[in-house]
This record gives sequence, C-alpha cells and structure tokens, in this order.
Amino acid sequence: MAYTEDELKKELETKEYEYGFYADIDSETFPVGLDEDIVKAISKKKNEPKWMTEWRLDAFSTWKSMKEPDWPNLKYEKPNFQDISYYSAPKKKPNLNSLDEVDPELIKTFNKLGISLEEQKKLSGVAMDVVVDSVSVATTFKDTLKEKGIIFCSISDAIQNHPDLVRKYLGTVVPKKDNYYAALNSAVFSDGSFCYIPKGIKCPMELSTYFRINQAGTGQFERTLVIADESSYVSYLEGCTAPSRDENQLHAAVVELIALDDAEIKYSTVQNWFPGDKNGKGGVFNFVTKRGICHDRSKISWTQVETGSAITWKYPSCILKGNNSIGEFYSIAVTNNFQQADTGTKMIHIGKNTKSTIISKGVSAGKSQNSYRGLVQISPLAKNARNFSQCDSLLMGNDCGAHTFPYIEVQNKTAQIEHEATTSKIGEDQIFYCNQRGIDTEKAIALIVNGFSKEVLNKLPMEFAVEAQKLLEISLEGSVG
Amino acid sequence: MNFQEKLLDSFIAFEQDVDLLNPVHSDRKEALKRFEKQGFPSKKDESWKYTSLKSITQKNYSLSSKKDESVELRDVKEYFLNDLDSFKIVFIDGVYSPFLSKTTHDGMDICVLSAALSKEKYNDTIKKYFNKIVPKDESLASLNTSYTKEGAYIYIPSGVCPEDPVQIMHISTGNQKSIWLQPRNLIIADKNAKVEIIERHQSLNEHSVVTNSLTEIYAEKNAFVDYYKIQNDLNTATLIDNTFISQQRDSNVSVHTFSFGGKLIRNNLNFYHKGENIQSTLKGITILESNQHVDHNTLVNHAQPNCESHQDYKGIFSERSVGVFNGKIIVDKIAQKTNAFQQNNNILIDNKSKVNTKPQLEIFADDVKCSHGCTVGQLDKEALFYLKTRGIPEKEAKALLTYAFANNILESVKTPNLKRRINSLIANKLGVNLGFDL
Repeated sequence: MAYTEDELKKELETKEYEYGFYADIDSETFPVGLDEDIVKAISKKKNEPKWMTEWRLDAFSTWKSMKEPDWPNLKYEKPNFQDISYYSAPKKKPNLNSLDEVDPELIKTFNKLGISLEEQKKLSGVAMDVVVDSVSVATTFKDTLKEKGIIFCSISDAIQNHPDLVRKYLGTVVPKKDNYYAALNSAVFSDGSFCYIPKGIKCPMELSTYFRINQAGTGQFERTLVIADESSYVSYLEGCTAPSRDENQLHAAVVELIALDDAEIKYSTVQNWFPGDKNGKGGVFNFVTKRGICHDRSKISWTQVETGSAITWKYPSCILKGNNSIGEFYSIAVTNNFQQADTGTKMIHIGKNTKSTIISKGVSAGKSQNSYRGLVQISPLAKNARNFSQCDSLLMGNDCGAHTFPYIEVQNKTAQIEHEATTSKIGEDQIFYCNQRGIDTEKAIALIVNGFSKEVLNKLPMEFAVEAQKLLEISLEGSVG
Repeated sequence: MNFQEKLLDSFIAFEQDVDLLNPVHSDRKEALKRFEKQGFPSKKDESWKYTSLKSITQKNYSLSSKKDESVELRDVKEYFLNDLDSFKIVFIDGVYSPFLSKTTHDGMDICVLSAALSKEKYNDTIKKYFNKIVPKDESLASLNTSYTKEGAYIYIPSGVCPEDPVQIMHISTGNQKSIWLQPRNLIIADKNAKVEIIERHQSLNEHSVVTNSLTEIYAEKNAFVDYYKIQNDLNTATLIDNTFISQQRDSNVSVHTFSFGGKLIRNNLNFYHKGENIQSTLKGITILESNQHVDHNTLVNHAQPNCESHQDYKGIFSERSVGVFNGKIIVDKIAQKTNAFQQNNNILIDNKSKVNTKPQLEIFADDVKCSHGCTVGQLDKEALFYLKTRGIPEKEAKALLTYAFANNILESVKTPNLKRRINSLIANKLGVNLGFDL
C-alpha cells in the first residue's frame, strides 16, 4: 500500500525526539540563582587567576544593568535567570589515559548518540574534546596535535596553561559587554574549547566538540575561542544533541574566532538541541553569540545546520577588518512544530577588497516560525567590497511562517551588493513527477529538500554531511508538500 | 516649550476654527491623545532606524498661515503640468485657493475636504471612509488626524472615468519664517471608477517648511487609481508623506514616487488588501544630491488570496545624500496564491553618500510566490567605456546609463505629458540635455 500523507503526518507527530534519554551521571551542582558570590565561586572552583575573576565580575556587573533584547521575531516566556544553576560538573573526574576509565554511563550515552569514542578515534580521525555538561572529560588525539604545536584543550585548561594567549584574545571579538547573553556568558561560563593553530600550520584533522546539556535545570554556558595564527588552517566542527526535558533549558554560548593574516578558519555546526514536543512544550532556548574577525587575506567560513531548539537566536558574524579578507556564511535552518528561529549573519566590511557570501536556506513546517535576519555593512573605507546574499525559504503547510529581515548599509560607492530572497513551497507537480517515477511522497520530499539545501550541505565536512542529511529527513518527512 | 508641547497646546486654538459637533471631531481628539502618548518617532523605533526627525522637531514652527498673502498664477505656473486639461486643487500655505483651482461637482466631486466635512450631503461618505484605515500606532498619522481640517477631497462615483487627471498642489509661500503644514486628503474611487492624480508639494522660496501630509485612498471593486507623487522641492523643505490605501476586489492601484529634491522626505506608503484579485504597484525613482535624505517605507499587506503586488524602487545618490528603503511585505495565512515582488536597486555616485536598505518579507501562507531583490553598485565601467569610444562625452554617457537604469519605472507612467516632465526633471538633475525623450 502506498504511504499516504496522512500516515506520514501521524508518524511524524508521534515521532519522539530520538536522542531523548537521560544519562544518570552524578553531578556536582551549584545552588540555583545568580549573584556575585556564585560568579566568584565558579571562578574559584576552576582555580582561575585573579584577572579572570575580575573579568567575570566586570561582565556580571554590566549584565545586571542590561535588558534582555526583545527585537527578535520570537515569542517566548523570558527565562528566570535566578532559577538556573550556573555550574554543574560530572563528579568523577579522574585523569584518563584510555577510554576504559571513562564513566561507563557516559560511554553508554555516547553509544546511544551514535558517536562512540572508539569509532570516532579509529575511523574518522577526529580528535574529540568531549563536553558533558560543562567540564571536558576526555581529550583525544592530543599527542598528534602536540607534535604540530597545536593547542586544543578546554578553555579552563587554557586559562591555567596558556594564560597569555587567553588573556590576549578572550573578549576581543565578542566584548564582554557586547550583548545581554554574551555578558551573561562572560560572567558565568563554566567551560568550553580553546584552540590555537601556530604559524604556518595546517591542522591535519577536523577538530570537533560535542556538547550535551544533561543535568535538569542546568544552563550551559560554553565559551569557545579559536585562534588561527598567520598562514594556518583549521576546520572546526561542533555538534549538539540534548535529551528530552520538559522545562526549558537555557544555552547561551559565545564563540570567538580570530583569523590572523593569511589564516583560514572553517567552523561548522550541526545543532540538534531538543526542540520541544509536538505541543510546543519544553525545548532548549539557544541564545548564541558567534563572531569572527578576519585580518589581512584571511578567511572565515561559517556553516550551520540548525534543526533543534525551541528558540534559536543566533547570528554567526564576520568582521572583515583586514584587506582582501573573505567571510562566508552557509546556513540551513529547519523548524517544525512550535519551533522558532531567528537566525542569520552579519558581514561587516572594513578592509579593502573584502568579499562575503551569504547563503541561507530556511525550511518551515508545522506551526513554526523561521526568520532570517542579516546585516551587510560596507564602511566608507571598504573599497571594492563585494557581497552576495541569497535567502530562500521553503514553506510546508499553512500554519508556519517564513520571514526575511535583511539590513544593507552601504557607505562606499565601489561596493557591489546583491541580495535576493525567494519563498516557495514544494510544488504538487514536483511530488507528482517523483511519484510517477516510483518514488513515494516521503522520499520525494526528502529529495526536494535535499536539493533545496544542497548548496549548504556541500559546504559541510564529510562527517557532518551525513548526519545533517539524516537530521533534515527526521525533521521534515511527512510535512505536507 | 518644545514643539511637541506646542502642538498639544495649540489644539484649543485650533478647535475655535472647526465644527466641534462634527463626528470627525471625536477622531481628532482621540488622535491627539494618541499622539500625546506616542510623541514623535525616534531612531529607537525600528521603522525610523535610519531617519532621524530630531533636528526637525527640535525647532519651532507656526501652525497656521498669514492669510493676506496673494499668489499670482505666474508665480506657480511652472510647477503645474500646463499643456493638458486637468482639474486642479491648490493650497497656499495650507489654505485652499479657489482662484488657482479648477474643481467640479458635476457628476463627481473634486473639491476640498473642509467642504465635504461641512456639507450634510457628504456625511454618509465621510462616515464610511474617513480615518478608517489609518493605523493607530503611527504617531505622525495620529498627529495629522488630530489637526484634520483641509485637503483634497475626491469622490469618483461608480462607473465614472474622468478623462482629465487631477493635480493636487501644495504651495508654501514663505511669508512665515517656518511653518508646519498638515494637509489631509481623502480619495475614493467607487466601483468601476478610474482616476489619475498628480500630487506635488512646492515651496516658492527658501524657508523652513515641514509638511506632514496624510492621504487615504479607497479603491472599490474594480476601481482603477493611478497616483503620481512629484517630490522636487527646495533644500529647505521637509516632507512626511503618509499614504494609506485600501483596495477592494479586482481593483488596481499604482503609486509612483519621484523624489528629486527636498531636505528630508519620508514616504510611508501602505497598501491594505480587502478582496481578491487585486493588483498593487509601487514604483519610485530617487535621485539625490547635497545632503538630501529620502526614506521610502512601504508596506503591502496581502490579506486575501490571488492578489499581486509589484514594487520597484531605483535610487541614485551623490554628494552626502542618504537613501533609505524599508519595504515590507506581509502575506497573511489565508492569502494563498499571492504573487509579491519587490526590487530595490541603488547606485552610489560618490563615497560620501549612503544607502540603507531593508527589504522584508513576512510570510504565513505556503502557496505563494514571493521574492525580493536588492542591489547596490555603480555604473558599469565597460558600458561607460563603450559609449565613450562612440564619441559620447563622459557626462552624457553617465546620464544615458542613469536614464537606462531608471527607465523601466518611467515606462509605466501613462500620461505622456507627465512622462515628458519627469524626463526633463531627470535631465535637469543630471545637468545634461540629451535632446530626446526616452
């Protein structure tokens, strides 16, 4: 019997979050609430130097005077920041030499996620800095990286072992007073990744971090700092999954990228936090500040696949400060059920002959709202700047919305800016054509969506492309074309 | 006392001049209350992000004119389209000038709002249409409503298609050092009616004038309205032009805005669809120089299925001028089979000028065709080179290319006379004589 749309719809609705399980790991959790003592306690817990503590306190005092932004095209109940515990770390934290020493519960968790460490280690050649809740538990391939002089560790380790680098670059791209969530993150960030690629080194493997929110009611505040020194290259992967939980969880991360002269950073994200159930209950609030700065002739490329989170607020940006620098942004954002996404990018052209490309694909289904919000700014000195933006939206069903808010500000006559946006749906004739070739409706939709997002999927590293395609299918099958 | 307070306080004096028993007066009072609460928009308002009224609202203006000034036809003749028959509604410093105007009540009403408000036979029409589509949350629209007194009133009954266009002219004489004008126009095209309107604001000499104009246009079933706005005022004039258009099924409304001059121009152009199979056209050419600022803020709200909208704005900016385009298309959930198109192309001539553009789409229906495009660039160097190799001097070559850039907007101007006038305005603006019409 043919697979009808109704059946598909039903199946999709009843489809539970695949990665919705909860691992029982003993965690050491701070009391809920946030004040100066908590900030100090976090800093102390991590044995941080004095400048770091002061840095956090300064951010905290700014945060207190700031207001939560209400300009995004999002509707949600504002989280109560006093109801969150700001620190949680797995209790058992032995020094690990091999995977056998890792908490067996944890191994089980990863196996369920399909990212078994052994496999990753042996087959894909990916060095993983595994972060469960807020403290990094295992770091692999460190030796290989060490040979090349690459530093890839947790940010707390970096603060201990490489304070000069951290102090020089932390908060230079996303100042601690940048915005509400960045200030909050600067005050309370518990851990994250740090990466430094020395001059002239091409990082031999894709660096990757997996994040998980695990402890009930624990906000996660990751801080990532990637520095690519002159003429170096790194490809950085970040993927997220989170277990099914009823109360909203807050995630306010900050990612800073620094590409010095002639360097190239490729930053890819697959984000699949728990999006809430089909009634819009629960789900992760994802308020992320990501920004990179390009020096002369350098290049930063953001690629993201956003399928999860109840609320997404995320604008990976590039400051093209150096001459001849290049910024790229490739994004697929898929929303279903009651998800809301307000995402896009900022390209700030300051240097001469700078180029930027923005390709954004939004797919909305169910009762979701999907917005693209982007800024292209050409400053008066940015001679011969070039930008191409394309934002396409695909609507499935009649209860969802797709929105585009591009801001284009040009102050130099030599700039060439192109922006185009389209909105469409999956045509009945397209489905019909597939059907008559013996492709059922579900597959046809997957095929069409894949084609729609191909430009972005192609930009992902191999390891992620497969996962991303899978995610797209899960998020979309059954949505009526 | 700042100007905002003055506006609030002067209302009592204004009430002496108007009929307090007219139902419109309650609209006025409510609007004033809203304005008191909202105040002037600031840069913090998203729709005023790129345009600041601060320098304008900080000054003081008189709200009424000295009446004794006489303006002769020869003073203003050049601003009219003369070589065609047309109806004329002329206001001098906000006061209707019967001497310069040519109105009619013969089979249709082309007259002034004050007359329509005061005569009983218009009561029903006023009740049905006045202030019905003006959004409550726009403070400048509220301000205009609160001081509603004079403006053009045009009612074309069903099936009537006057051959002659209507020219609405607002003249500011400068006999007050600075003046704040608030004309209010009401235009109704009943079923199957057709009307063409040309509107212009003009100051006769350099003095500070701010016009906060509001026009309501109602196009009933199968009506056809063609509206042309010519904005080529002196560099001391500020214009805030609010236009709200309500369209019933099968109607077709197009608005062309030609912005060539003025210190600051803000165009709020809003289309509301009330029926199926509607066509809306919004087009504009903006050519600016010397510190001028033009802000096009458009909204097309597709609220019904099977409608089409077409937007096309071209801008050419030089000498510290600033162009803003903020176009919004909203497609409601039931507005299936909508076809909405929006395009904004800009050329920057030098580095002191700026373009801020923000084309927005908000779409809630799935079976729609919506697209927008936006470019910022410069004249094609190779095309310029080609023209020069053919012996065309650089200045003329540039003008030719600029013409070509703006030409597809001019193509849809239907009155040849008007087209010629706009052509000569553009040629004037670019400082060349091409010796032919495009």
